Amino acid sequence: MKFTLSWLKDHLDTTASLDEISAKLTSTGLEVENIENPGAALGEFIVAHIAEAKQHPNADRLRLCTVETGTETLQVVCGAPNARTGLKVVLARPGARIPATGDVLKKGSIRGVESQGMLCSASELKLSEESEGIIELPADAKVGAPVATVLSIDPVIEINLTPNRVDALGVRGIARDLAAAGLGKLKPMNDAPVKGTFESPRKVAMRLSGGDQKLCPHFVGRTIRGVRNCESPKWLKDRLAAVGLRPVSALVDITQYLTTDLGRPLHAFDDAKLKGDVGPRFALAGETLKALNGKTYTLDPTMVVIADDAAAGGIAGVMGGEPTSVSEGTTAVFLESALFDPMNIASTGRKLLINSDARYAFERGVDPASGIAGAEVATRMIMEICGGEASHIVEGGAAPDWKRSIAFNPARVKSLGGVDLPAAEIKGILERLGFAIAGNAENWQVTPPSWRADVEGWQDLVEEVLRIHGYDNIPAVPMPRAPMPKVVLSPQQRALGFTRRSLAARGLNETTTWSFLPGKHADLFRGELPTVSLANPISSDLDVLRPSLIPNLAAAAGRNAARGLADVALFEVGPRFEGAKPGQQTMIAATLRAGHTAARHWAGARRPVDALDAKADAIAALEAAGAGVAGLQTYAGPGGGTPGWYHPGRSGVLKLGNQLLAAFGELHPAVLTALDVKGPMVAAEVFLERIPAPKKKAGTARTLLKASPYQPVERDFAFVVESSVAAEALLRAVRGAERELITDVGLFDVYEGEHVGAGKQSLAISVTLQSKDATLTEEQIEGVAKKIVAAVEKACGGQLRA
Amino acid sequence: MTETIDSIRTEMLAAVSGAADAGALEALRVSALGKSGRITALLKNLGTMPVEERKGFGQQVNVLKDEVTAAIDARKTAFAGAALNARLASESMDVSLPIRPEAKGTLHPISQTMDEVAAIFGQMGFEIADGPDVEDDFHNFTALNFPPGHPAREMHDTFFLPPGDDGNRYLLRTHTSPVQIRTMMSVKPPIRVIIPGRTYRCDYDMTHTPMFHQVELLVIDTETNMSHLRGCLQEFVRTYFGVDDLTTRFRPSFFPFTEPSAEMDIGCSRKGGELKIGNYGDWLEILGCGMVHPNVLKACGLDPEVYQGFAAGMGIERIAMLKYGIPDLRTFFESDLRWLRHYGFASLDVPTVTGGLTR
Repeated sequence: MKFTLSWLKDHLDTTASLDEISAKLTSTGLEVENIENPGAALGEFIVAHIAEAKQHPNADRLRLCTVETGTETLQVVCGAPNARTGLKVVLARPGARIPATGDVLKKGSIRGVESQGMLCSASELKLSEESEGIIELPADAKVGAPVATVLSIDPVIEINLTPNRVDALGVRGIARDLAAAGLGKLKPMNDAPVKGTFESPRKVAMRLSGGDQKLCPHFVGRTIRGVRNCESPKWLKDRLAAVGLRPVSALVDITQYLTTDLGRPLHAFDDAKLKGDVGPRFALAGETLKALNGKTYTLDPTMVVIADDAAAGGIAGVMGGEPTSVSEGTTAVFLESALFDPMNIASTGRKLLINSDARYAFERGVDPASGIAGAEVATRMIMEICGGEASHIVEGGAAPDWKRSIAFNPARVKSLGGVDLPAAEIKGILERLGFAIAGNAENWQVTPPSWRADVEGWQDLVEEVLRIHGYDNIPAVPMPRAPMPKVVLSPQQRALGFTRRSLAARGLNETTTWSFLPGKHADLFRGELPTVSLANPISSDLDVLRPSLIPNLAAAAGRNAARGLADVALFEVGPRFEGAKPGQQTMIAATLRAGHTAARHWAGARRPVDALDAKADAIAALEAAGAGVAGLQTYAGPGGGTPGWYHPGRSGVLKLGNQLLAAFGELHPAVLTALDVKGPMVAAEVFLERIPAPKKKAGTARTLLKASPYQPVERDFAFVVESSVAAEALLRAVRGAERELITDVGLFDVYEGEHVGAGKQSLAISVTLQSKDATLTEEQIEGVAKKIVAAVEKACGGQLRA
Repeated sequence: MTETIDSIRTEMLAAVSGAADAGALEALRVSALGKSGRITALLKNLGTMPVEERKGFGQQVNVLKDEVTAAIDARKTAFAGAALNARLASESMDVSLPIRPEAKGTLHPISQTMDEVAAIFGQMGFEIADGPDVEDDFHNFTALNFPPGHPAREMHDTFFLPPGDDGNRYLLRTHTSPVQIRTMMSVKPPIRVIIPGRTYRCDYDMTHTPMFHQVELLVIDTETNMSHLRGCLQEFVRTYFGVDDLTTRFRPSFFPFTEPSAEMDIGCSRKGGELKIGNYGDWLEILGCGMVHPNVLKACGLDPEVYQGFAAGMGIERIAMLKYGIPDLRTFFESDLRWLRHYGFASLDVPTVTGGLTR
């Protein structure tokens, strides 16, 4: 919403400065977005008087002027043809910055004659586009005065209007807020009836029936004949141009002007182009109309048009039609001042993709009581500018009953708004905004004005009082709080934090990727999950909700590799989507590594990442999230339940009992090819929500440490087993062989080769034995060793390596 | 005999000081103090001496023994020191070598910022609530007082899912506010929660991404009013930005789900194209807020004549950009390792209000 300062002052009697007005606008909720004030750059320019202008001795086209400023007399060379003796002009003295060029003016010599200043044109001061000579100031302009006080410079103010404040779509509404906030007085508006001198030959025909009448409850019309559709006066054209509207002709300009002035859209038909009566009806299926923007629209029967007996003349509340529009030769108009249903206008505008000031106003809700007043103001303005005589008003329907009463206790301003204000001040603010107040001390009955349909309950009244009083006068009071903060995170929320920080501590970089991805990527990682596509994706590459976090991480690794960063370790903790309904999502911690464990280095310890790196990430995440990792069991490959996007021979899942908590492994080469990234890459997915909740502990005490005072004994064994035997199975068998004395089992060598024969492997383990009661004897140790060998033989068919 | 002792002393001390190495020294020790050493022999002879001589002689021999032992030990220590010095002289490494690589992981600025926000509001007793990314019309719009077809809905460009088999049209939440509704419908007041999470809008340009993060505040009880809203938010921005006296400006605004509604600005400077947070006279919009709209309370089954409270919402990326000087929103989602390492946070940088929010 744009308007000029002088326009505002048509409605507001104020001595406030532009800065004060700007600050007050923002503080009342009419946020100033921009102010264009060409006068701000004119501080150094003053009114001067050309005492004498004569021919430059050395140049035909230049004049040599003797210029008086009131305090000094200067010699100025000027090229403007209108520089003449006696003229009051705008003088720039050396040191002044010329707005058009940004250059600082210097004393100079032009064709051998010294020039001590410059007489300025409007374009040089950026006041206008045209530059026909220098500015001619009024003869009574005071010599030496700053020109900003003499020129009629009209700053343009642009405010960012919230959608509820349709009343402030008009300059008058803005003035009303400022007046209520104490920045002057609202001037009276002349909306007194213009006496009609004849019966309008054209009547209003309300062609909507039943419940549809609410789509256009009120239609005010009037014939004005004998008008001359001249060019608008300069002030009108200037104002329209200042707010970005293009002046067309007086009749069009007046309706445009009033839309901005009062927030009251109006339309003027060329009366000669209408047939019979005029009013609202539904458009016919397939009906077409060439609108004022020159485009032809095909309408549908949900849209309302303003039609005469023959055809649609305009799209109601959205845009007028070209065939019935006023033109240079128009001598009579039929004025329309109607009210339309916001939702219907919004729907029509959306369908036709027309954005107009009228649509903007109507879909937010024009003042329902403004039908007649709008017509009167418009009639008066048309007659003033275009002449003519007006008929009596013709009307269809009636202004809807907008009066409603809100019960209001002024103490609410304190209890909800937190501001202590005397009742009299509350009353004053509301009344200045146009609210009517009845009732006694605590039980007010407040009737909002017709233009404030947005005010529904007492809470809105509190807001009105607060915003006019100034939100900045709301005190800042700390929230009452407990003397000591309590624990506010749930165990699950803490687990998320631990998981993130543990993975980062392992050297992975956390990232955040889109919740969406290309459908073809999703298909590679969907498994049994359904495709959850978006109806209106932002692009075809982001059209499906992710069934897994891995594809986005893999794509990210690929992009980094393309930048020369091939060693990647990324993780993300976020949702995967398992369905299209609320709640069908689960929290996943996903990791992905590519390239090597480290950069090349003199110490040499560098290897390509492998599935066990991913397994380690998975276990770290599970442990951080509170899972009992000691009981985790690994199941290898597709047979173990590993998803198909992993390498079948280098992947697995981790289970606790029957619960699958994580999948890990090298990503399937074919999947990486389909993602268009170079492998190998290893990844892990941890299902955080499946982790069983830890048993609630009675207290914070740990179990008592029972450290044995007796020497531990370490014994090494090497077993030859089939290559297919899982190391985890052998280790489990060893641990289970003697639960009392075996305190630790480690695997320190894995060997496959000629010494053990084809299809076999040797697994070398180190077993730590310790008794809590005594030093172990050789016989005891030997006994445990026998149990270990027997257990391994039973579980894995293994033999002690010879 | 005394002569013998003196000559042995003279001889031994000279030999010890002249010993070439630890081996020669050991040979000397054996020759004097070994089983058949000269001094040992003198001691063995004691028994054969007359009693009256025995005591004096014995003392002399023992003095001799101690002297020789001390001389040998001193010489031994000198040899060991020399040997150690010789070894150390031969052992050296280039300690200017770069250390073995250790991967440094990082936390994403969004996670860190969420932790900071949670730490601050946690001090004020706010718990954390969450809700689904896929929402229905009721929670995202209707219950939040967006009337059907109201132009305010145009303010949100919503991602929709195709109509489901249950006839509902689901969408990706356009704000974290639906979790307000879920919280009010499931928890009895008093309520103090923050709601951080992913949000989605159909917008992708310099300053918008189709996915971003918000944190929402919700307080419901019977007393909380706008002065508490302002106090709470003022404490937050002062703590978060680490500017103790940061000024805030409240401006009236409009949101369908709050009444009265406000936007809050914080003091800043934009001099020379550089944004600085602080009391420099300029203003920067930071968040929207207001008292929960009576229609929202009603939609959640709460009586607006009894219950009241406030809601506020702000962009996580935005406050992270402002605090950490991150210039471009889109980079948050590009997974560029250079960016993650540069703007990311160390795993041990756990923000707390009392221990320091930011290093």
